[in-house]
Parts: sequence; structure tokens; C-alpha cells
Amino acid sequence: MEIVHVYTKKRNEFGRQCNFSDRPAELHVDILPDPSLASNFIERDPCDIPIQCTQEMSEHEVNTERFESDTRGINHVEGGWPKDVNPQEMEQTIRFRKKVEKDEHYFSTIMQLGSNMEHCIKQNNAINIYQEYFEEEEVVEESEEQPSAKTINVFRDPNEIKRTATCLSWHPDGSCKLAVAYSSLGFQNISPDMSYDSYIWDIENPNKPEMTLKPVSLLVCLEYNPKDSHILVGGSYNGQIAYWDTRKGSQPVEMSTIEHSHRDPVYKVIWLQSKTGTDTFSASTDGQVLWWDIRKMSEPTERLVLDPNKKGNLDNALGAISLEFETTMPTKFMVGTEQGLVVSCNRKAKTPAEKIVCTYSGHHGPIYALQRNPFFPKNFLTVADWTARIWSEDIKESSIMWTKYHMAYLSDGCWSPVRPSVFFTVKMDGTLDVWDFLFKQNDPTLSLKVCDEALYSLRVQDNGRFLACGSQLGTATLLEISPGLCTLQRNEKALATAMFERETKREKILEARHREMRLKERSRSEQSKDEDTKEGDGEESVEELATRTEAEFYEIVEAELKKRAKEQEKKWVFINLFINSAKKETSLFQDPVFQR
Amino acid sequence: MAEVEETLKRIQTHKGVIGTIVVNAEGIPIRTTLDNSTTVQYTGLLHQLTMKARSTVRDIDPQNDLAFLRIRSKKHEIMVAPDKEYLLIVIQNPSE
Repeated sequence: MEIVHVYTKKRNEFGRQCNFSDRPAELHVDILPDPSLASNFIERDPCDIPIQCTQEMSEHEVNTERFESDTRGINHVEGGWPKDVNPQEMEQTIRFRKKVEKDEHYFSTIMQLGSNMEHCIKQNNAINIYQEYFEEEEVVEESEEQPSAKTINVFRDPNEIKRTATCLSWHPDGSCKLAVAYSSLGFQNISPDMSYDSYIWDIENPNKPEMTLKPVSLLVCLEYNPKDSHILVGGSYNGQIAYWDTRKGSQPVEMSTIEHSHRDPVYKVIWLQSKTGTDTFSASTDGQVLWWDIRKMSEPTERLVLDPNKKGNLDNALGAISLEFETTMPTKFMVGTEQGLVVSCNRKAKTPAEKIVCTYSGHHGPIYALQRNPFFPKNFLTVADWTARIWSEDIKESSIMWTKYHMAYLSDGCWSPVRPSVFFTVKMDGTLDVWDFLFKQNDPTLSLKVCDEALYSLRVQDNGRFLACGSQLGTATLLEISPGLCTLQRNEKALATAMFERETKREKILEARHREMRLKERSRSEQSKDEDTKEGDGEESVEELATRTEAEFYEIVEAELKKRAKEQEKKWVFINLFINSAKKETSLFQDPVFQR
Repeated sequence: MAEVEETLKRIQTHKGVIGTIVVNAEGIPIRTTLDNSTTVQYTGLLHQLTMKARSTVRDIDPQNDLAFLRIRSKKHEIMVAPDKEYLLIVIQNPSE
């Protein structure tokens, strides 16, 4: 259908104003629906409609104009002299000065200023106007705030297959970077797609790591060189040690040769204090502690086998999981073993047998963390199995203080570098505990659930304020703790010293008592001709050991059962007696003949 | 003239006074009881500082003007009495 509309207007009517008038509605077109057209279409069910329910946002970029600044120096010379006076010439300057002094204005000015000045001088001499009053009163500064910690940043493993963040190391100057070593500690848990990279993160940017380190095998531990902040050393899962220079790229600068490295994953590597700043030592569960000079990684400079019998027998050796080295005591170091022993060693001993000085036993499981207290080097913290223990170097039999047994395994711990009584531990249920043993001994001062998966590593920054913990899925969380937990309190050192001394004394007394009792036992057992197996020399074969322990075990069980049976008997006897006596009493009552 | 001398001498002999300097508007030391290098240092620095202090006071309130400037440091007190044309600087060790 055609719609045609013709509009005509006289030429002389152009430009005139429009006059509008009403007119009724007119139907121009009426198109009726045509059902036959529907056959050209197919019904679609379901229809995919995307909808989005988000805030509308737009992105803007702003860049200010560059401001260029320049630094310049100025050289001052004596100036201000009028043009005709040469400042170097004494006569001219004197003459000028004399001329000024003759001035009228000078005279009146000086008199006036002089009187002002005298007033002030006399004021100063009369009383100290800036005297501090009430200076002796102590300002009570104890903050009543609750200890708290808050998460600042979370650094996630960018790879698809997540690995555990097993070790963290802060950058030595300024602590603006964090190096995280990723590996998988489960036995044969490494899939072929797992990336071997470890990363260095800038703490301001959690989105992308600042630098990648590409080792040959997964890195279990990683440490910055405290002397040279560009150098990092890492111990890997296959036993090799490698070192990186961040200026030189992601590949290790040098790696140790496989033949001379460890045979098990290297669990801990620490830098040593040396003139060259290139010495490190590493520990692994194969029972060896190896010293390296990173300039020559082809073979270790020294080797120590952790044999408790001091014979250098690798088969007997204890596997090492953690190391401790304090720069203030460069010849001593400590090793925490898989068997739960802490071995204290002296590096400068003449013979290998003398290298192992003493051992501390008391833990039931591998010692995951070992650290001396930065303020009291004689006391050290060990974290293993379900407890954390504090030891004193002099007491070898047991720890002087320990936490209660927790529900979850403790995986790492460290002291606070600013407060002698504060230490941190992380557990396998993802909680971080902050302990302050001057405040509360039974429970942690602060217990914080960091993440749902297990936490494997922990490192406090040197200022004591920030700490980073690494979890099983490779997430490194950066936390800031409240100022109350990282500022030294009044008398804290004195109180901590007192506490350590008291506990040490208590343990010493207990140890002495035990020794006495053992001596008595021994003398008694010698008389009764029991075999003396107290030394535990490794000559005994494994089967004999097994049968002996089995026999002992059954003995103990028997003894316990007998004791219990006896106690039961006693109880029955007592009850019977009671019932009998009760019966007697009642029968007595019932008997009318009986008279009391 | 003699009174000027007397005044300055009196100021100098007060208890704790280390030195006195009279500076003119251009920063030239007219009278000084300290050695040359110290004088030059004091005049150069204090002259600028006084100008700055004065302009600060005037900026805040144009009707106001700097009357006196005292700088107390750990070791001594520097007092500056300003004028339109001259500056009187005295360094004193206040008694505690």
C-alpha cells in the first residue's frame, strides 16, 4: 500500500508563523498480523541472555605533567659590601665601619636595641624560662589496646598447580622484598606439570612477582645474603645448592655438583659470617651438614656427619631438618634433627668427633624450627611435633619452658627480633600464634587464623612489625602486628632474664635430682646383676633391640594391669566391707535385745 | 658616641654573654666581639633568618612587626633585636 502525502504552500506564505490547529486522529496504516509469516521463524528454547548485575565503572588514566627539578650549589662569599669597598682590604672595611658608626641613626637605634636586649639578657639570667616542670613524673605509656594482627597483602602462587611455600626470606636492607621458595614436600608428589620457579615479591605489588628464580629442581629453602642484598642461596629438592645474583637474571649463577651435594632435599641453608661474605652451610635429612663457598660450588669446603656416636657413620646419622647460626657466636651452631634431637656443634673442633658437642632431647618429632633468642643467646626455641619448647644451653635433659600439646602440628616458629619474650608459631590448621610468656604462659597472647590450609613457614621482618607466613597452597600472607607486640616494654629485658634464670634453676635442680635417683637405681641394678644398657651403644643389632623393647613393653603392660587389678580388688574388698558393716549395723538395729 | 660604646660594653659584660654583633641592613658586621669567620657566619645566616621571620609576622598580620627573635639551642641562646636598618645580635649562655 502506498502512503502519499502532498503538502503545498504559497510562496508568499513562507516565513509566516505556524498556526497549529487540532484535528482528530486519522488512521493512516493498519497492518494486520499475518500468521503465515510465522513459518519463516523457528522457536528457540532456551535463549541465552547475558545479564550483569554490577556497579557500572569506568576507567580513567591521569598523568600529571612532569616537574623538572634541578640541584645546584651556591658558593657564599662575604657580601653586602658596597661597590667601592673591597672586602679583602682591612683599611677600607675599617674605614667603612667607622663611617657607619658616626651615623646619627646608628646611635639612636643601638640605644634602643640595646635596652631591649639587656632586658632579655637579664631575663635569661634570672630564671630559666624553658624549664621542664614535673619531669620526674613517669608518663604511664602502657597501651591498653588488645594485641592484634592484620593482613596487609596476600601473595599467591601464580602457577596453576599450587606448591607449598616452604621458605621465606626478607630482603636484608629495608625489607621491601620477600623471597619465597616453593616446593612440594610430599613424598613423590611432584607432577610433571609443576613449575619449578620460585619468586621474589615486592611487598607493595601482590599481583605479579618482581622476579622469578628458575632452579633445576624445586627449591626447599632460600636465603638472602645479609651482606650483599643481591645474592641469594637456595637449597633444592634434589640436594643441590645454587646461588643467584638478582642482577644477573633468573638462572642460578652456579650450582653445586650432584656428586658432592646432599642426597636428600636440602632443608635449610644459612649464610655464615665471614670476611668474604660468601660462606654458607646447608643441612639435609641425609645426615650431613656441608659448608660451601659460593665462589667455588664444585665441592663443599667442609663436611660433618651427624652421627650421635661421633664415628662419622652415615648409616647412623640423624637427618637434619633445621639449622641455627648466630652471628655473635660464629664457631657454634646447632642442628635440629628428624629424630627430635637438637645437636649442638662446634665448628672449630680439631677432630670430627669433637665437632658434636652435645645433644638435647625432648621432642617426639622432627624439629622444624630452631632459633636462639636474639637477646639471650643462651636460650633457644625449638618447634616440633605439637609443642614449642624453650631450652637453656646448660640444661641438656629437658627444656626449661614448653607450651601445652596443641591439636595441630606446629610447623615453624621464630622469635621476635625486638622483644625478648615474644615468639611466633604457625600450625598445620592455618593458625598463627603469638606468644608472650611474660604476659601469659599457658596460651598464646594472640591466635589468628590466617588461612584454611596448613601453614608451613614463617619469617619475621627485622623491625618486628611485619611477618610473612607461607601456606600449603603457595600463598604467602603478609601481616602487620599491633604496636604493643613489637615495642619493647619497660623492664622487659630484666623480667625475661629473671624468668629464664628461674626456669633454668628449676630444671637444674630437677636434673640433679634425676641424676641422684638414677645413680641409686644403677647401683641397685648392678647389685642385682641386670645388664647395663644405659649407654645404648649401637653395637646391639636391630633384632635384639626389637625383642628387648617388646619384652619391656609387655612387662610394663603386665605391671600396669596387675596394678589395676589390685586396685579393683581393693575396691571390692572395701565395698564388701562397707556392705557387711552396713548389714551388721542394720541387723544390730533390728535386734530388740541389743542394747548399746 | 661614648654612650654607644658603653651600652655595648655593658651588654658584653653581662653574665653568660658570649658575643655581640651589630649588623647593618646589607648584612655587613659593623661591630663585633667575635672572630671574623664566626661573625661572618652568624651575620649571613641570622640576617636571612630575621628577614624571613619578619616577613612571616607581617604576612600573618600586616599591622604587626617583628619585635624580637630568640633562638634557644642546646648550647646557648641567640637573641636578635631587629630594626629597620640595623640588627643587634647577642649570643648568651643562659644560666640553668
